Amino acid sequence: MKKTVLVRYFAILREQRGLGEEQVSTSAATARDLYEELRGLHRFTLPSGNVRVALNDEFGPWESEIRSGDALAFLPPVAGG
Amino acid sequence: MKFELTSSEITPTALLSALDDTAAGACVTFEGRVRSQNEGRAVLALEYEAYAPLAQKEGERILSEAAARFSVLGIACVHRTGRLVLGDLAVWVAVTSKHRAEAFEASRYVIDQVKARVPIWKKEHYSDGSTGWINCAPSGPAGPAPA
Repeated sequence: MKKTVLVRYFAILREQRGLGEEQVSTSAATARDLYEELRGLHRFTLPSGNVRVALNDEFGPWESEIRSGDALAFLPPVAGG
Repeated sequence: MKFELTSSEITPTALLSALDDTAAGACVTFEGRVRSQNEGRAVLALEYEAYAPLAQKEGERILSEAAARFSVLGIACVHRTGRLVLGDLAVWVAVTSKHRAEAFEASRYVIDQVKARVPIWKKEHYSDGSTGWINCAPSGPAGPAPA
C-alpha cells in the first residue's frame, strides 16, 4: 500500500532534485528503499553509503520503516566549520 | 552553554560577555574564517546551508558532551548560515574554565565534533565562476556510518 511522506533535500541533493522538499507517494518499506527509489528517479550522484537519513528531525538508521506522515531528510556528507 | 545558528554576522565581543565569570582563569576562543584558497583553487565566497532543527539538536548534544568530559565553566558555539565572503567568521567557539588545559581541550573537542557531525553544508564559489559542494563528490570520502 502506498504511503505519503515529506522528503527534505539538502545541499547537492537539493540542487539535483531542484527543490528543497516535496510530498512523495511511495511503496518503499524503509528509508533506504525510498532513497534508492528517489536516487534512480532524480539521478542523485551520491550513493546511500555517503548519505545519512533523518527521520522526523532525528538521525535514524537506513533500515527505519517509514510510515505515512513521516518526515524524512537525506543528508549529504556534512562540511561545517 | 549555548549553541546557535545565525544568518547574521558573528560578533565575538557581544558573545563573550555572556561567558563573563570571575571564577574563570582561562578563556579560549576559536574563530573559523573563510579563506581564499581550498585545494589549490581561489575561493571568492561561501554558502552555508543547515538543516536547522537537527543542527541545533546535534550542536547542543556536542556542547553537553564537552561539558561532561571536561571541567569547564562555560561553553558557546555559533555557526553561520547563508552567504559569506573572505575573512568572514564562519564558526566561533568559546570555552571558559578555571585553568587553561580544560578550555583548550574542550574547544578543540567542540570544533572537531561540529565539523564532523552537525548537518551543515558548504558550497564554495571559485574565481573561475564554478561552484562546488565540499565533501559531496560521489567518489569523495564516505560520510559517517549510519547510526
